[in-house]
Amino acid sequence: MKDLAPLAILNGRIVLPEGEPARGGLRCEGDRIVAVGPDVAAQEGDRVVDARGALIAPGLVDLGVFAIDKPAFHFGGITRAALMPDQGTVLDKPAAVRFAAQSGKPDLWVHPLAAATKGLEGTELAELALMRDAGARAVATGRRWIGDSGAMHRLLSYGAMLDLVVVTHAEDGGLAGQAVATAGEMATRLGLPAAPAQAEALAVARDLMLAELTGARLHFRQVTTAAALDLVRSAKARGLAVTAGVTPAHFMLSDVALGDFRTFNRLSPPLRSEADRRAVRAALADGTIDVIASGHDPRGPEDKRLPFTDAEPGMAGAETLLPLTLGLVRDGVIDTARAFRLLAANPAALLGVRAGTLAVGAEADVALIDPDRPWVVDSDKMAAAAGNTPFDKQGVEGRVLRLFKGGQEVG
Amino acid sequence: MTSPQSPASGRYPAGSAAFPHRDLTGLAGLAPWEILFLLDEAEQWVALNRQPQKRSERLAGLTIINAFFENSTRTLLSFEIAGKRLGADVVNMQAAQSSVKKGETLIDTAMTLNAMHADAMVIRHQSSGAVRLIAEKVDCPVLNAGDGQHEHPTQGLLDALTIRHAKGDFGGLRVTICGDILHSRVARSNIHCLTTLGAEVRVCAPPSLMPAEIEALKVTPFHDFDAALKGADVVMMLRLQQERMSGQFIPSPREYRHLYGLTLDRLAKAKPDALVMHPGPMNRGVEIDSNVADLPGRSAITTQVEMGVAIRMACLDVLTRRSRGVEGWA
Repeated sequence: MKDLAPLAILNGRIVLPEGEPARGGLRCEGDRIVAVGPDVAAQEGDRVVDARGALIAPGLVDLGVFAIDKPAFHFGGITRAALMPDQGTVLDKPAAVRFAAQSGKPDLWVHPLAAATKGLEGTELAELALMRDAGARAVATGRRWIGDSGAMHRLLSYGAMLDLVVVTHAEDGGLAGQAVATAGEMATRLGLPAAPAQAEALAVARDLMLAELTGARLHFRQVTTAAALDLVRSAKARGLAVTAGVTPAHFMLSDVALGDFRTFNRLSPPLRSEADRRAVRAALADGTIDVIASGHDPRGPEDKRLPFTDAEPGMAGAETLLPLTLGLVRDGVIDTARAFRLLAANPAALLGVRAGTLAVGAEADVALIDPDRPWVVDSDKMAAAAGNTPFDKQGVEGRVLRLFKGGQEVG
Repeated sequence: MTSPQSPASGRYPAGSAAFPHRDLTGLAGLAPWEILFLLDEAEQWVALNRQPQKRSERLAGLTIINAFFENSTRTLLSFEIAGKRLGADVVNMQAAQSSVKKGETLIDTAMTLNAMHADAMVIRHQSSGAVRLIAEKVDCPVLNAGDGQHEHPTQGLLDALTIRHAKGDFGGLRVTICGDILHSRVARSNIHCLTTLGAEVRVCAPPSLMPAEIEALKVTPFHDFDAALKGADVVMMLRLQQERMSGQFIPSPREYRHLYGLTLDRLAKAKPDALVMHPGPMNRGVEIDSNVADLPGRSAITTQVEMGVAIRMACLDVLTRRSRGVEGWA
């Protein structure tokens, strides 16, 4: 790749690690940020970008996507995506991991999550060290929880030795069974197979115990219920290396959205009660939740234009991740700095990559964002490979104006 | 059993405002007068069906497709007879002989049927919400003949008609529904129908077969069948699916009978004239004893079947009025 002139982005509002965005700009040389702050000026020969007062933010680091969908990621300001191992060919071999790690370059970096167990069957450990050395940034149990406590114990001990974060899905398999909804009035009215919300807390409780026992770094990809969030909160207070994530669906919607059997709202874990939705917002505010991810899982009509119980779970979330998170800022739940810690700095730290912040020496992944620009989500006109969004026809605010990956403009 | 009065005028608005829906996918959310309108409409067909000459030409020239993606004998037969007695051309499609087995999607099957210009479709499917999904895609009225664990609206209506024939009004009536409430679309449709009409509904099941927050449907849940039966005017037993009988949801059929079987002794805890109902097919000796199922003057089980044909005739008639250009409906 030929060397580009240094890049100067000026006259914007820089997203800082703490506090309100501050006027200023940044300079990049090669793929690195070399200066950031209020006094940054362009040097001779720089490519100069006038931000015109827009937010200058780190590119988003999306922890846990199911498909590499560049147009959707770039629309959403995502410059790095951690790919779940649940692929056509399961990411349970070094070769598959190596291929996936190269699949987005140069304008999107894909960080593969190694399958914790062979074939994601939840029984035999996969070759975690070989996959780490092939580019895996963490280990994931996939869409499902590992039901066998012995297998989970071995996985966490091994993950601790390799210092790899283990990303797990928190739903007790026995209790969840074939459920497609959370037990409650809505599931009862619709006659949908449902599991108690406690399926999540049960899984979280066991995995926290095993993490404490083994010293493993554990990340719950989605924690969506008050009871499970309480467990995470107290585990953090005890000093466990545990983190939690969520997708916008669970702070935006409750199971009331299942009315009319809308399959775009068929998610895993399923939508919860209104009380749990509020608990998620509280956990975003108090720091119990560390990561907001898109859970991007584009699904066409062959997976979604089906009866609710027969439809596949998942939503195309990459394009709405940023505006819905900025909605939390507008609602006073979190401030702008925390929004970008949730969207970029924290997931980058979990993955151990030098990105996610606008610090000198960090990779120059930069998004120019107008946080107030209104637009309407339209399932028929999405950049994503499929339009399965629960937020169809909803008005949102916040749009990426320009995006840079490693100092190079994308798109 | 006495026949009710003829439709009281002024109970519901005139013309299509009495039932302004294109489809009948469920009873949830229907207004009381919409349900009463369908019940009243069915009375003429109850009368006709008791004549030796049972043929009307009301739907002559219309094509009705019964698309049953889940096996059924009695409901399919009931719909077929209903359509034929109204003079329609009735075609049955059953999943076992359909292209569904060849991997065609539900929507594609529905679009295929739609292209054949059906005037109404009657659909049964094993997944909750499937009938509404089809209704959104096709151009003709759609009648739900049972979708998963969601609703079975004509069963709810025929049960209400059966109750009305025996008891008259619904106000103050205590109805106890006992059995697998969790998996039962019959229970849900009956709950919506009877609570809307003003009856007091009790549901009784072991905890493993009781859905969460069922109280939100304005019913009182019981685990103790004897307590649930106290003062009941109507006892409605639900069929226990064979595959749920052993181990998973209840220990065994005989234990189920011990706790929830309707025996003569148990029936005595209800009102002396309490009506016994069952949507069929029955597991005699499990949820209901034979001497209760066949109890003269008390068991309405065969009446339910009779009312079923009349209700389905009424629904087919009402839903096709728009396309037939009936005055006040076009």
